[in-house]
Amino acid sequence: MKLYCLSGHPTLPCNVLKFKSTTIMLDCGLDTTSVLNFLPLPLVHSPRLSKLPGWVSKDGTLNLEKELKECAGRVFVDSQPEFCLPEKELLDLSTIDVILISNYHCMMALPYITEHTGFTGTVYATEPTLQIGRLLMEELVNFMERVPKAQSATCWKNKEIQRMLPGPLKDAVDVWTWKRSYSMQEVNSALSKVQLVGYSQKVELFGAVQVSPLSSGYSLGSSNWIIQSHHEKVSYVSGSSLLTTHPQPMDQSSLKNSDVLILTGLTQMPTANPDGMLGEFCSNLAMTIRAGGNVLVPCYSSGVIYDLLECLYQFIESANLGTTPFYFISPVANSSLEFSQIFAEWLCHNKQSKVYLPEPPFPHAELIQTNKLKHYPSIHGDFSSEFRQPCVVFTGHPSLRFGDVVHFMELWGKSSLNTIIFTEPDFSYLDALAPYQPLAMKCVYCPIDTRLNFHQVSKLLKEVQPLHVVCPEQYTQPPLTQSHRSDLMLELQPPPMPYRRCSVLNLPFRRRYERVYIMPELANSLVPSEIKPGISLATVSAVLHSKDNKHTLQSVPKPPPVPPSKKRKRVIEEPPVVLAPKPLLSGAVPLEAFLATLQKHGITEVKVEETADGHILHLQAEDTLIQLEEDGTHIVCDNNEPLRTTLRDLVLRFLQKL
Amino acid sequence: RSCILVSIGGKNIMLDCGMHMGYNDDRRFPDFSYITQNGRLTDFLDCVIISHFHLDHCGALPFMSEMVGYDGPIYMTHPTKAICPILLEDFRKITVDKKGETNFFTSQMIKDCMKKVVPLNLHQTVQVDDELEIKAYYAGHVLGAAMVHIKVGSESVVYTGDYNMTPDRHLGAAWIDKCRPDILISESTYATTIRDSKRCRERDFLKKVHESIERGGKVLIPVFALGRAQELCILLETFWERMNLKAPIYFSTGLTEKANHYYKLFITWTNQKIRKTFVQRNMFEFKHIKAFDRSYADNPGPMVVFATPGMLHAGQSLQIFKKWAGNEKNMVIMPGYCVQGTIGHKILNGQRKLEMEGRSTLDVKLQVEYMSFSAHADAKGIMQLIRMAEPRNMLLVHGEAVKMEFLKGKIEQEFSIDCYMPANGETVTVTTNPSVPVDISLNLLKREMALGGPLPDPKKPRTMHGTLIMKENSLKLVSSEQALKELGLNEHQLRFTCRVQLQDPHSDTDTLHRIYTHLKSVLKGYTIQHLPDGTVMVESIVIKVSSSTEDPNTKVLLLSWSYQEIYIYL
Repeated sequence: MKLYCLSGHPTLPCNVLKFKSTTIMLDCGLDTTSVLNFLPLPLVHSPRLSKLPGWVSKDGTLNLEKELKECAGRVFVDSQPEFCLPEKELLDLSTIDVILISNYHCMMALPYITEHTGFTGTVYATEPTLQIGRLLMEELVNFMERVPKAQSATCWKNKEIQRMLPGPLKDAVDVWTWKRSYSMQEVNSALSKVQLVGYSQKVELFGAVQVSPLSSGYSLGSSNWIIQSHHEKVSYVSGSSLLTTHPQPMDQSSLKNSDVLILTGLTQMPTANPDGMLGEFCSNLAMTIRAGGNVLVPCYSSGVIYDLLECLYQFIESANLGTTPFYFISPVANSSLEFSQIFAEWLCHNKQSKVYLPEPPFPHAELIQTNKLKHYPSIHGDFSSEFRQPCVVFTGHPSLRFGDVVHFMELWGKSSLNTIIFTEPDFSYLDALAPYQPLAMKCVYCPIDTRLNFHQVSKLLKEVQPLHVVCPEQYTQPPLTQSHRSDLMLELQPPPMPYRRCSVLNLPFRRRYERVYIMPELANSLVPSEIKPGISLATVSAVLHSKDNKHTLQSVPKPPPVPPSKKRKRVIEEPPVVLAPKPLLSGAVPLEAFLATLQKHGITEVKVEETADGHILHLQAEDTLIQLEEDGTHIVCDNNEPLRTTLRDLVLRFLQKL
Repeated sequence: RSCILVSIGGKNIMLDCGMHMGYNDDRRFPDFSYITQNGRLTDFLDCVIISHFHLDHCGALPFMSEMVGYDGPIYMTHPTKAICPILLEDFRKITVDKKGETNFFTSQMIKDCMKKVVPLNLHQTVQVDDELEIKAYYAGHVLGAAMVHIKVGSESVVYTGDYNMTPDRHLGAAWIDKCRPDILISESTYATTIRDSKRCRERDFLKKVHESIERGGKVLIPVFALGRAQELCILLETFWERMNLKAPIYFSTGLTEKANHYYKLFITWTNQKIRKTFVQRNMFEFKHIKAFDRSYADNPGPMVVFATPGMLHAGQSLQIFKKWAGNEKNMVIMPGYCVQGTIGHKILNGQRKLEMEGRSTLDVKLQVEYMSFSAHADAKGIMQLIRMAEPRNMLLVHGEAVKMEFLKGKIEQEFSIDCYMPANGETVTVTTNPSVPVDISLNLLKREMALGGPLPDPKKPRTMHGTLIMKENSLKLVSSEQALKELGLNEHQLRFTCRVQLQDPHSDTDTLHRIYTHLKSVLKGYTIQHLPDGTVMVESIVIKVSSSTEDPNTKVLLLSWSYQEIYIYL
């Protein structure tokens, strides 16, 4: 069993597991941090961005002013943002049988894999994962396509040139493989390959392996996966949470007794407590509004935003913000809010019982009804006429490189009254803000990451007791910035097997048994004999049928009667008669009892001679020798088949057959 | 009504717990004394599964769990769990508060009963205990209706509840995978009907409503608050819109608003089209349909009223029916099946004089129309489901005996499987023939597979041999050598030797070589080796040559073989 690791990002994984003749891709994460190297895509012409100076190396030998722009001491690529794809060269991706998706954040690279590699398999995901994943992809495509950029920068990717660029561009990996966003057509084609599954549904793959999603508690429809056969079990844990937010709680007990547990998607903010961050978020928001400023919250259109809105729903009255408008701007804002209300089965118990009343599970329905929260597909259209300040705006993309958020950065960045509050943990906020410097706007960093922290995960592992743990190498050492914090890493016995981008791991696995079914007819014909107390043996001779990786044993068919044919025109090719081989023997032949038996059968003249290892019996009348030893019997008998057969049967009486 | 008890692999499962609408006495509830004469049912049942929220499938649930006594798990889907208590409460109100009956469950009992409910998701495999697992499939019929697959070891049963194999205006079609159950228990409400196309029925319905409205009549459509009502509302709503009709459409109060809300929140359970467009336009927000008030019944002019319940056995629909029955301009459309004993059933059978409570009689003059809109599978649908699931045995329930008999014949003829149709209180025993799962050592399996070649050849079966070790509850099939090793037994070698004398003037080595060459030419297809230590081996038979001490021309051949040697016949 092998694991191919195609992504180096620990929370946006992409691994391929080869297990029992199946090839299973686990998640299809797209590393979007690469976009931080690019200039933002403004929705309306930005004089500031267009006036940025081009980059020329200090000695003047390298001039890339068309492709690279400089802003506040950092260099950015002036081109449509590109993403770092999962590694495509490590193995032939067309051989992948299935792709298992754990949550909607971990499927963003799907079109790159399913559309351009010859992939012919099936993708498995839960319904919320599919629907919300579709929304996120749709949003991404929309963000990119509505501000097309004619220029595509490629010169800087030249190895010789890249080497001479300032950091972090210099250190970016595999820049040649970076790709622009996919099209909506590719998204639709990719998602048409998704087959929906429910939690704890058992999906058979080719009869060889069974896979099953389990609730992971992180987001709507998020799942961990169990990949198992009758005798082996691999657990894939990706993006799990033990906090009580809106999704169904995590199913931990089903992870027990795994041979291998692949652990990805731990919190990216191990030192930030989500509840504390939420409190800070609210107080900073209220403070800014009271001072007459605007609040900008760059966020994804699904996920934590539901919790933020719910928190604000309880907060706005007490904080006297009842008249402040809240705007949610995204091409999929409406769909995201509507979809969140219809997945009762995937919600926590509290929200489920609301649906039984029947009431919408999320309170943002009420915020919309009372006009406190308004949603718009973009800043163009109705929004521009209805927009009032001071206000709170939720919009994407959290990288600040594309989407409506770019516009608000240009609009509000110059005033220190305004505040930007970062809640998404995927991007470093300093890097995100870099192309907007210098900035007067206040910046607050409240990353909310509900995924498991190191303390929770070590408790979980203690409970479910996997034999081996595989994880990204980042989890086996403390974070670079906090190298003294040995509590911010995984410490296990035996130590976890680390992987990085392009690793190929041989998983320590020895398969020893396989399931086979004995058909009723054969089962009835078996004759078990007790060999030790509580242990019985039966010799089985059967025909093995293997179909669809399922094995059955059937009785050996009786040879059909030979048709009576007198004329032999041709030598009929008879099927080889299958002779049942004789069983192995075990035990020993006791001398006295054997002599007595011989006597009973009329063999009386026996001369017994003692040897080092046993006895030699000389049957004088028959001129036959029998050598009796602890672990063997040797009958020397010339040309007397009946006698030999008799002796054989007599010896066999004392031995066990298996 | 449905209430079925299944015993499978030592587990007892109750499928549905329905109530008979036609009776007002003890006969309305199932006879639980079949299970136990006295005491609670908890010890006798492993779980209860409810297929959907219709009262003929769940109406006796609080009676069973709270009054007879059952504390084990009750499984149903989320929509069923949401809607079922409302219908039960509604029904309790009619029976107890209006009719003043006693010996009936209370509101609190409904609540307590619902606390025992475990929600089921579609396709989720729920492990009831270590051996019993259940899985739900989409059944159409009504919001949240499910079929269940029940499995213990290698035996399994599928229970369909009520289902519908054709998608309608608001729900999708039932679907199940090829799970090959030992028994398929199917409803057979429309066992003999092969219904005409959906479109025709819809056109017919609209025509009748339209005609009646045109001549100034009032149309009463008795429905259950959830299910068919929503489909007909969607139908009338679009028709009114298209024809620009003005006559009011009312929906009897209470459940309406709430019911539509359930449909909005459980939109994932409706059909593809509604699910796809719900963000833009929610099909369950009606423009033309308004809430009904009792006083509207006496308003002049045409109107269409949806009123509950659907079989005219009580409540608002019965009240309105009494008011309108005398006028031949009016019409009642029965869009579903009516249980024997209800007024709905009587008027459908052409009865024109009805005995009402207090010895009064009611003359029925209005038009009575029957439109089969209730979403049950028809004969074609049932056959289709059998083709999908490929059961080994078939069991028909929830239908009329004569019709079932006809369908039974058809099933047995077409699929050549046994088909049963037990009456209420009757027990059917089906014998299954399960195979025995065993763990085979991978070495042994791979050895056999390698022998068989990469492709299975049905004409040349290969026999495999091994030893089955039975230890406690485990069954392991290993090679005999491995079995010896695992059990710590020593192998006992049994060998035979035979001396043959022959005359040959050559030296010992030459004789041996001649024997070797001879055997080589005679025994084709066997491995024959001439070993440097002065032996010849045919497969594993050892041949040695020595000269007799007295006469060098007399050679003694020593043939030695083991017990396990397969004889070679020449």
